[in-house]
Amino acid sequence: MNEQPMIETRELSKTYRAGDVDVHALDGANLQVARGEFVSVVGASGSGKSTLFNILGTLTTPTSGSVRIDGKDLKDLSDSERAEFRKNTVGFVFQKYNLLPTLSAEDNIRIVQYIANRALTFTAEFEGILEILGIQDRMKHKPRALSGGQQQRVAIARALVNGPRILLADEPTGNLDSKNSAAVLGLLRDLNERLGQTILMITHDQEAASYARRSIHMRDGRIV
Amino acid sequence: MINKLVLSNLGHRPVRTVLSVLAIAVEVTMILTLVGVSYGTLDATARRARGVGADLMIRPPGTSILALSTAPMSDKLIDFVRQQPHVALVTGTAVQPLSGFDSITGLDLDEFSKMSGGFHFIEGGPFKTDQDVLVDEFYAKEKKLHVGDKIQLINHEWRVAGVYESGKLARICVRLPVLQQLMTNDHHLSQIYVKADSPDQIQGILSELRAKMPGYPIYTMEEFTSLLSISSVGMLKDFIGVVIGVAVIVGFIVVFMAMYTAVLERTREIGILKAVGASSYFILKLLLRETLLLSILGTVVGIALTYGTQWLMQNAVPASLVQETVYWWWPIAGGIAILGALLGVIVPGIKAVKQDATEALSYE
Repeated sequence: MNEQPMIETRELSKTYRAGDVDVHALDGANLQVARGEFVSVVGASGSGKSTLFNILGTLTTPTSGSVRIDGKDLKDLSDSERAEFRKNTVGFVFQKYNLLPTLSAEDNIRIVQYIANRALTFTAEFEGILEILGIQDRMKHKPRALSGGQQQRVAIARALVNGPRILLADEPTGNLDSKNSAAVLGLLRDLNERLGQTILMITHDQEAASYARRSIHMRDGRIV
Repeated sequence: MINKLVLSNLGHRPVRTVLSVLAIAVEVTMILTLVGVSYGTLDATARRARGVGADLMIRPPGTSILALSTAPMSDKLIDFVRQQPHVALVTGTAVQPLSGFDSITGLDLDEFSKMSGGFHFIEGGPFKTDQDVLVDEFYAKEKKLHVGDKIQLINHEWRVAGVYESGKLARICVRLPVLQQLMTNDHHLSQIYVKADSPDQIQGILSELRAKMPGYPIYTMEEFTSLLSISSVGMLKDFIGVVIGVAVIVGFIVVFMAMYTAVLERTREIGILKAVGASSYFILKLLLRETLLLSILGTVVGIALTYGTQWLMQNAVPASLVQETVYWWWPIAGGIAILGALLGVIVPGIKAVKQDATEALSYE
């Protein structure tokens, strides 16, 4: 059994410059997430959870501290190495779905395969995921023809199509009504339980957090 | 897949896409029309010169190949040339430039007819009075002239006596002495045409005349028509260069504006692509393909539009401007459009590549 954590951060800090003021978004955050875990990071607005999300997804770099994903140190990665990491190691689910509006649901998924130089076919395993998500009949539709819940399911499918080691979800139910929220969260739990997908979900909603196996709380840039 | 994304992006903003394509098309049309008119005008001049039926042409000293001189040569030269061995026919013309591309030519119709075989009249016939003018079919079409109509040229009223088939000498002809008088240049000529008694004698006559008339540009008609090219007309070459420069700038501005707006509008989409692992190269490739497609479409539409300008000229100003289709300039014009477009996408491309993914994703 591999004891190495899937996600490990040590004394992670991030300071932004906002005008003349330094904003300490992260202030020594330490976190460990095991392989196959479903962890929610809960905190109020400004607690640093989105910054943590962005650093773990290599969308931004920390000011200090270390991040290891599946044993790989993310420090000092070049732009192209970070892009490579996003292609193969993480999948993102955003609050606002962030689908490309000009492409159909299917092409929104395939473009990610294309970018990762993968075959533009769906594996049997992924077909199973689509079945769990229940969007097979909406694949030819463009995002504007889909409901919020359906768009988020497509976004989850897109995040998983390349078989990432981690699924990072930032307020995935923030734009959904309670029924769709419950459905999406149920799906995430299902994916974790049935496929062993490691999931780290950022949320400010305690009820959403309860779907995860473990909840971590953040306050003032620290994990408490 | 990337092509699908390119097409869907362009299709998603149809108005901007159409406007960009049209602007690039105008750039291409501008180049091809100018080149077409240059070639058309030179070829029409060459065709009309050949239509005279002469073997040699004598021009006044110091004139260039296309210069519209007035009449600096004495008509006594006609007799001198006529006395040379193997010269069968000699005729002189006087040319008075008019506004624009037009000129009026004075000729001795009998001598000219002997040399050229005469005009083929579509309407009317030769001069009857000194006030008569003959015009070719294109000039008649452009000015809507028919036999009997009055026309004002060089402050003189003329009567159209005949409309002839184009392709010989000039578009507007009057009697030589009348024009010389109006030009206050009696007994002077602009050009002298010479016909040899046998084609074998042309070179001999040429050498003889060049020896006896130093300083006079004397050409065989073959030589003269071959010299009527863009590269031999310095100003035309420069003018085309300027238009190409303007076209590149237009293409640059159009694509710069279109792609800059596209990058701004698609800030969030670029952020999404980056988030899912798209490299800077991928983003740049996407924009370059869009630009290339716009340029190719613009080139195709631009080429199609040149047929429109050709039709317009044929119908509106058939005598003034002749536009040819110069096929080998199509790829050149397309290349120029693509060059301008690629220059235009550099800055928006760099902006897109440098966009911060987290900021881009939060862009509304």
